[in-house]
Amino acid sequence: MEKRPLSFYALAAVFGLFMLFLYGPTITIAILSFQGPRGGLTFPMNGVSTHWFVDLFEQQAVGDIWGSFGRSFTLGLIVMVTTVVFSVMGGLAFRKRFPGSTLLFYLVITSLIIPSILVSLGVGLIFNRLGLDVHWATSGLGAQLTWTLPFGLLIMFAVFNRFDKSYEEAARDQGASAWQTVRYVVLPIIAPSLIGVALFGFTLSYDEFARTLLTAGSYNTLPLEIFGMTTNVTTPVIYALGTLTTAFSFLIVGAFLTFAILANRRRARRVSDSGDGMV
Amino acid sequence: MTAIHENDIVAPVKTGATLSADERRLRVRTGLSGFLLAAPIWAVLAFFLVGPIVMIVVVSFWGATEFSFYPDFNLENYEFLFGSSVTYTVFLNTFKYAALTWFFTLVIGFAVAYFLAFHVRSQTWQIALFLLCTIPFWTSNIIRMISWIPFLGRNGIANSTLISWGVIDEPLEWLLFSDFAVILAFVHLYTLFMVVPIFNTMLRIDKSLIEAARDAGASGFQILTNVIIPLTKPGIMIGSIFVVTLVMGDFITVRFMSGSQSANVGRLISNDIGLLAYPSASATAVVLLATVLLTIGIMLRFVDIRKEL
Repeated sequence: MEKRPLSFYALAAVFGLFMLFLYGPTITIAILSFQGPRGGLTFPMNGVSTHWFVDLFEQQAVGDIWGSFGRSFTLGLIVMVTTVVFSVMGGLAFRKRFPGSTLLFYLVITSLIIPSILVSLGVGLIFNRLGLDVHWATSGLGAQLTWTLPFGLLIMFAVFNRFDKSYEEAARDQGASAWQTVRYVVLPIIAPSLIGVALFGFTLSYDEFARTLLTAGSYNTLPLEIFGMTTNVTTPVIYALGTLTTAFSFLIVGAFLTFAILANRRRARRVSDSGDGMV
Repeated sequence: MTAIHENDIVAPVKTGATLSADERRLRVRTGLSGFLLAAPIWAVLAFFLVGPIVMIVVVSFWGATEFSFYPDFNLENYEFLFGSSVTYTVFLNTFKYAALTWFFTLVIGFAVAYFLAFHVRSQTWQIALFLLCTIPFWTSNIIRMISWIPFLGRNGIANSTLISWGVIDEPLEWLLFSDFAVILAFVHLYTLFMVVPIFNTMLRIDKSLIEAARDAGASGFQILTNVIIPLTKPGIMIGSIFVVTLVMGDFITVRFMSGSQSANVGRLISNDIGLLAYPSASATAVVLLATVLLTIGIMLRFVDIRKEL
């Protein structure tokens, strides 16, 4: 192997520091969430306990953490499924030229770069004028989709850009209908990428704050609840909550990644099987 | 986050005159099915993106009383906005945050992406380290902001370390709840929006170009400035657009990390919303949107993304 240049070590150090910068604070609050019952928001640790975690599971003086967690989780699942389905449909649509495709493309980009507070404010105003109540499952869902759909669609663009059209042609030559081609050829091939879209859909929704702020109505989602807590909670209980939701996010990301790796392996195995019996 | 232009994925066009009747029928059919497939996205964006923007523009001309607002057509909201010196200070502040964050995320993001793309040799490691960079993106921004408190606070890790080293005698007051904290949080939250697109374009650079440059006698630095940076420009632009728009549209990071001591345009809007002054909030929002679009327009002047992709 070629000898490493000096710049490798310098950049490796930069990368290491960046990792520390990225994960250090999260690890710090994870440690501090195990503060003793009399401990404060900063070091030193005043004993070690699970006091603040226990506190979370007891009846809360402020807020409704478990209710909001339930709502965020449900909303995350809805957004995830919707994002996957709509993105796949959109991805398929953009492979063809259809009326308004350029306009739609620019709308998708606008949706991605528009300041979130505009979506929040605008959706809130529309519901207000239509006499509808804002609710996390209606206005909240729509507002979050303006954030997750662009990501899902961009991933689909990347996927279909690398998609080998000869598979489809082969299916069509064998007499498959348009729907059969999509169902039995295209979807199985792009399935592993859909795991990525699902991951974006769920996690971006689960952590979404700015676009949900004015569109969630009277029942908060978890990020809104946490933000509310930052103004009136001054104990490590907020670290405990932060640590738990971060752990939950890691768990979700880990699960999706494992799932994606397994799906890829399974497919690789299947491919290598082909023709084995011919010998 | 790969950005692809729509032209890359649609079939080339033939002009209508050269088509046979069959071809034309097929064209109409695929056009229709494409339209139907895109219908859900149309619906969502029409109702939750276009609708809200139109609504905000409309409401920005409405009048307001202390507790409510009513349909009207007046320019008072804009007159008030442009007549107030606060507006200019706040817009300037917003640009300051955007510029500083852009600079730091670009430098750090470029270095990290460069390391991943050119120094990490095994693909497994490349993927693993890349994922390590992106995982925080899938966790809560609010929690990531909160997690700076024990580090930056008056009795936080930074202050106690500096005191124990004898660098300072008194705790620094400007670490938390200051512009410094705001920029730090922005860089913390958004550097990965630089890393991902820059890494993505770097991976596509043909390694033989770098070898050719080396054979032609270019030094490492010359390769960087004459080969790699020009070829990475599209990724840099996409990352820059992400970072600049996210920072300009932000209202929560500034509020939280400055301890409500600094303001940007987003906070101006959210304060108005808090006071139920929707027409005034809308006028500010319209100006913000125009500013963001104008900034992107200027940025695109420097690089033609469509040409470079």
